[in-house]
Amino acid sequence: MAETHADEPTRRDFLYVATGSLAAVGAAAAIWPLIDQMNPDASVLALASAEFDIGAIPVGQEITVKWRGKPIFIRHRSEEEIAEAESVDVSSLPDPQPDDARVIAGPGGELEKQWLVVVGICTHLGCVPLSYRGEYDGYFCPCHGSVYDTSGRIRKGPAPLNLEVPPYEFVSDTRIKIG
Amino acid sequence: MKKTMKTISRAVSLAAVAAVGFTLLAGAPAQAAVGEVEPIDLQWSFEGVFGTYDRDALRRGYKVYKEVCSVCHSMQYVRFRNLAQPGGPEFSEGQVKTLAAEITVEDGPNSDGEMFERPGEPKDAFPSPYPNPEAAAAALGAVAPDLSLMTKARPGGADYVYSLLVGYEEAPEDFNLTTGSYNKYFPGHMIAMPQPLSDGQVDYEDGTPNTVEQMAKDVTHFMMWTAEPKLEQRHRMGFQVLIYLVALGGILYFAMRKVWAGAH
Amino acid sequence: MSGESTYTPGNGFSRWLDDRLPVMRLVNDSFVDYPTPRNLNYWWTFGGILTFCLAVQIVTGIVLAMHYIPTTELAFASVEHIMRDVNYGWLLRYVHANGASMFFIAVYIHMFRGLYYGSYKAPREVLWILGVLIYLLMMATAFFGYVLPWGQMSFWGATVITNLFGAIPFVGEALRTWLWGGFAVGDPTLNRFFSLHYLFPFLIAGVVILHVWALHVSGQGNPAGIEVKDPKKDTVPFTPYATIKDAFGLVIFAILFAYFVFYNPNGLGEPDNYIEANPLSTPAHIVPEWYLLPFYAILRAVPDKLGGVVLMFGAIAILFVLPWLDTSKVRSARFRPLYKQFFWIFAAACIGLGYCGGQQPDKILIHVGDGGFDVTDLSRILTVYYFAHFLILFPVLGLIEKPKPLPESIAASVLPGTRQEKATS
Repeated sequence: MAETHADEPTRRDFLYVATGSLAAVGAAAAIWPLIDQMNPDASVLALASAEFDIGAIPVGQEITVKWRGKPIFIRHRSEEEIAEAESVDVSSLPDPQPDDARVIAGPGGELEKQWLVVVGICTHLGCVPLSYRGEYDGYFCPCHGSVYDTSGRIRKGPAPLNLEVPPYEFVSDTRIKIG
Repeated sequence: MKKTMKTISRAVSLAAVAAVGFTLLAGAPAQAAVGEVEPIDLQWSFEGVFGTYDRDALRRGYKVYKEVCSVCHSMQYVRFRNLAQPGGPEFSEGQVKTLAAEITVEDGPNSDGEMFERPGEPKDAFPSPYPNPEAAAAALGAVAPDLSLMTKARPGGADYVYSLLVGYEEAPEDFNLTTGSYNKYFPGHMIAMPQPLSDGQVDYEDGTPNTVEQMAKDVTHFMMWTAEPKLEQRHRMGFQVLIYLVALGGILYFAMRKVWAGAH
Repeated sequence: MSGESTYTPGNGFSRWLDDRLPVMRLVNDSFVDYPTPRNLNYWWTFGGILTFCLAVQIVTGIVLAMHYIPTTELAFASVEHIMRDVNYGWLLRYVHANGASMFFIAVYIHMFRGLYYGSYKAPREVLWILGVLIYLLMMATAFFGYVLPWGQMSFWGATVITNLFGAIPFVGEALRTWLWGGFAVGDPTLNRFFSLHYLFPFLIAGVVILHVWALHVSGQGNPAGIEVKDPKKDTVPFTPYATIKDAFGLVIFAILFAYFVFYNPNGLGEPDNYIEANPLSTPAHIVPEWYLLPFYAILRAVPDKLGGVVLMFGAIAILFVLPWLDTSKVRSARFRPLYKQFFWIFAAACIGLGYCGGQQPDKILIHVGDGGFDVTDLSRILTVYYFAHFLILFPVLGLIEKPKPLPESIAASVLPGTRQEKATS
């Protein structure tokens, strides 16, 4: 247990610090694979896009499809529902967004207002809202009472945001591709 | 210090001897059985510390697999999307979609509760020619093994698979061939699979001569990739890890000398 | 050596903690100020290396269990999913699979070091027995783990090993069915093996704690095989002296580890295990993993089923009583000229048994006429030597051997000026 302070403490300390740092860098690098393995893997990412046939949905009805393990509501809106959604004063909404910004253009380039596609997950704490319920004819979440309108926008209750519109596009007049 | 050096070199050499010994022990059964012929030892681009796959060979090999092997054999662990991933044949996303769309896949059930057919997508596995091993055996007389892992599932690996593909010949006169074909490299020489390749069988678009040897080489290259799709990443990371460990070992050695200098 | 604690809390908080839970004192006394014989060589770094191996196996194993599916339908496919799709899955699986082999390489070196330097002798008998227990648990864990990928070797290895229990008189049949949870290795077997494979490493960790505790009670042995006389001269503090030497040894070991993981990941495995398990067809040549080959050779050397099983387990059980079989007063083989030679013969016999375990039993090694000397003959000779080494040589050598003079002290055996015994080692 010899005491060897003295001659060149700086050079010795540098050696120890460098050794320790190099070891720490290696340990940190070794941890990354252990963390990254919990991220979505290649097979999960590959399932990310899916096509759905919407031609058979009558006006005024809605289907629920599964995408990335989540429910997607595809609603064929009636004229009244569209009018109801457009008649609201946007600035009065908790999450202001005009109805036009929540629908997309079809193959012809015109807005397909009759098609509303939203992720069926309440923006409050992740429950699935009930369709055609609540005072705004849109959605009602049974968990904590959030109410959405015919555009899937939040109108009342604890949810902070409108129902999310997933990335999608029209492949043809009757087919959409989500993801 | 000389003593330390000597101890280290002795420890290292002993470790090396041990490693070789263990490899021998583990590898020993590989070259057992009587009547086996050593496979042809080829030089492959994927061998060695910096080994990588040859993209062109992989693409040609895929064509051979698709047009010849896949008629009887499945390759259930490989998906069309794999063809686009780095370290593989690296087809473009568009090419992969086109290739996948050539097949029909049963999917479902749909909202009516019925199964339906749709064109293949990149997420789908390579199609199996038979729904189950029993059906394959009934149609072919023997189960055609799945090819996904073939080069890792046979002693001799890629060399053996290549040798088998080019190893068909006339049975020697004194050999009693009761069934199947004679293959020089197959254990026991009697193989159920008829000679799969013949000269000129697959059209190569890149002008490579389509001899049996070349096609066997390409399809074996392809099957090495299907068995070990992360080989390029593994080789690259391995080199980085070894460089790091040697550097850390070096600096630790000097730090250790400094520390122990205080003990004498 | 478990003398007075040298820990002095540096600040208010550590004093407060020390009064309530003296964990820092425990760490300090066990791994910092702990007096370590100053003459330890690199063979003594394998304790640390083994701790590293256990940690690597537990960490990568927990992570792999997040993706693995223990059903006969999906086990093989889920392993391929890990290899192909999971981020860094190929790395984690290759580290785990080769990690098992590296663990056994290290444990064999550790055990042979113990045999060479007489580390099992009084007062370290309990330390040694705990070590043998860890080794047994390791073999069980490795066996369970090897079944999980559900390849051909997994299935047939599991079938053969569980059938060994069928050899036990009266209860064998019932015991085997109980192990399987059915009438052959199947879904219930795979599921329980997965559960036990997850449990056993934590049992190992528990016994490791006892092993280190026992070590710190008796103090470490050392190459000279003599006890510490003057702690001031004969020992150095564990940190930094032993810590940095262990770290250096570990990095050298890691290079070998990395070679296998990155450049020869299947070199220690069997090609047959890349074929999915098929209960209708046994591979032509079935062998266990390399680290179990010597015991497999002993099993096959005996023409009687029960006898083979008894000898195989006896080969491990005999290690438990080794401290009482060795009659020598001297620990280290450095000062035991006769034992030293038999040690190397024993090591060669073990490697020879390993070789035999990997070969076809009827493979002829030396041709004589129509027949000759085959693998079974060789394994019989080596099996006899294995048991004779413990049951005859250990008791007899200690009585007839004339040991060389021991060095005066540990310090005298390593410090310059007193090198006389060096020439003998």
